[in-house]
Amino acid sequence: MKLIFEMGAPGRGCDLLPDCQAPDVSGKATRRAARPRLPEVSETELSRHYTELAKQVHGVNDGFYPLGSCTMKYNPKIDEQAAALPGFSQIHPLQDAADAQGCLEVIHKTENALCAITGMDACTLQPAAGAHGEFTGLLLIKAYHVSRGDEKRRKIIVPDSAHGTNPASGAMAGFDVINIVSDENGCVDLAALRAAVGEDTAGLMLTNPNTVGLFDPNIAEITRIVHEAGGLCYYDGANLNAIMGIARPGDMGFDVMHLNLHKTFSTPHGGGGPGSGPVACKHFLADFLPGMRVVESGDGYEAMRAKQSIGDMHGFYGNFLVVVRALCYIMSLGREGIPEAATGAVLNANYMMHELKPYYHMAYDRTCMHEFVMTLEHEKHERNVSALDIAKALLDHGIHPPTMYFPLIVHEALMIEPTETESRETIDEAVRIFIEVLKQSEKTPEQMHAYPQQTPVRRLDEVTAARKPVVRYD
Amino acid sequence: MNFPEELRYAKSHEWVKIEEGNAIIGLTDYAQSELGDLVFVNLPEVGDELTAGEAFGDVESVKAVSDVYSPVSGTVAEINEELLDHPERINEAPYEAWFVKVENVTAEEELFDAAAYEAHCAAESED
Repeated sequence: MKLIFEMGAPGRGCDLLPDCQAPDVSGKATRRAARPRLPEVSETELSRHYTELAKQVHGVNDGFYPLGSCTMKYNPKIDEQAAALPGFSQIHPLQDAADAQGCLEVIHKTENALCAITGMDACTLQPAAGAHGEFTGLLLIKAYHVSRGDEKRRKIIVPDSAHGTNPASGAMAGFDVINIVSDENGCVDLAALRAAVGEDTAGLMLTNPNTVGLFDPNIAEITRIVHEAGGLCYYDGANLNAIMGIARPGDMGFDVMHLNLHKTFSTPHGGGGPGSGPVACKHFLADFLPGMRVVESGDGYEAMRAKQSIGDMHGFYGNFLVVVRALCYIMSLGREGIPEAATGAVLNANYMMHELKPYYHMAYDRTCMHEFVMTLEHEKHERNVSALDIAKALLDHGIHPPTMYFPLIVHEALMIEPTETESRETIDEAVRIFIEVLKQSEKTPEQMHAYPQQTPVRRLDEVTAARKPVVRYD
Repeated sequence: MNFPEELRYAKSHEWVKIEEGNAIIGLTDYAQSELGDLVFVNLPEVGDELTAGEAFGDVESVKAVSDVYSPVSGTVAEINEELLDHPERINEAPYEAWFVKVENVTAEEELFDAAAYEAHCAAESED
């Protein structure tokens, strides 16, 4: 399809965008020499352009999207209606607090709800994504040790089954990252952990349920070992969908964590989101939280900085309209609905795993949480059909592929997370397609490298794209 | 799969050739085959001190980013700058596409000979 810059003609336009209501205050010094090269298109062209774009992609509104570790659940329309209310969408972050009481209440209520769900005491909504939340949480851990004069604690322990962002966030926050191996179930090896902790341990980062979809059975022992060594425990809440409303990281001994509103709390995910990765922590870390803290004051709310704040991690209050959507979701589900969503997610994953088990090889053959991992290693060796080939073939059947080649500890991995918002019929149909594709790979293995064939683009040359990227339009 | 007799091998899939206190390090044929087409390589700088068993660089394929570990302790004497622009050399000829030359080698990890390394790879494939 054409880029929008290749469409239209000079002078063409449409009335969809409102006139600029701000006075022109730019002086000569700040005015650009040439007009910006913006597309000039008619309403017809614009409308067709976006419809065409929408046809090029696969989203949760198109079909099944079992992208493991990403929790691609449905985005309820009521969330969008709430976020579109003018009181939320037409407000300015520098507006006087007296005129923004509703927005401050949303922030306060959301923070309280997230603390209740996680078992934490305080929360910031500033971070814009999961990894941003990890980075924020690690800066809180650093600020805590430094505030006590305990500056020798420079090491962050990360199990090798962690999300790839964990070691990256540790390095970004200035820590030395110590990797420890997992046991045969992808869980923390207690002996390796005991050997790794010491007086230089700043903390541990743990993803739980872990990246192979298993809840670590030694969770309380893990946090005890780290605490006894003087370190703090960080909980990567990316997989919270499996346990929300049922088990709380705060009760497992964790001190600080992030949540992904764009995974667990149904806000749009992918395509720019934008995301939101709130960080929740225990009381003793609250004084270090970034940004403005919303507190109750008389009949209303006001915003103030925490005493020893680490600064700002984002402008103002983070991606506020995402927070509105998440609060709408939490309040729609309520105290009963939240754990029901989690059990639904776990049930759907186990049902799908059970149905696929006679055909596909499971990396860990035991009851899973919200996702499970299959390995195509056998098929790769036997007939040169890889996880990639299966994933690409699924596209022709209107299914978004599962996550591939992750976690790294499983070879030829396909990681499937159906989420709770898919019906029994959708999952049954997906299972039928997964089995059909696998059977096809037995009959015509060489044909499997030629898929997909029905999609707007076929198999892309990812290697050349990475080695010789073209990042400019002209 | 190629396992040259004259080289020694680390569990983490690097090959090393050690001669008179100097070492040459690269990634094995098995490693490049498992990683797939490599698209980026990060190398240390000349003069950097390497520690046996610790990462000294990383490689990125379309699947993942992986650390490259040093089988020896010593000082980086030379790096193979060609790899920075042509990571595909590692896929094409893994035992010619060396990463670093190391001098003043003081310690080394437990290393496999070719036969033991081949057995190690076979066992890993079966997991």
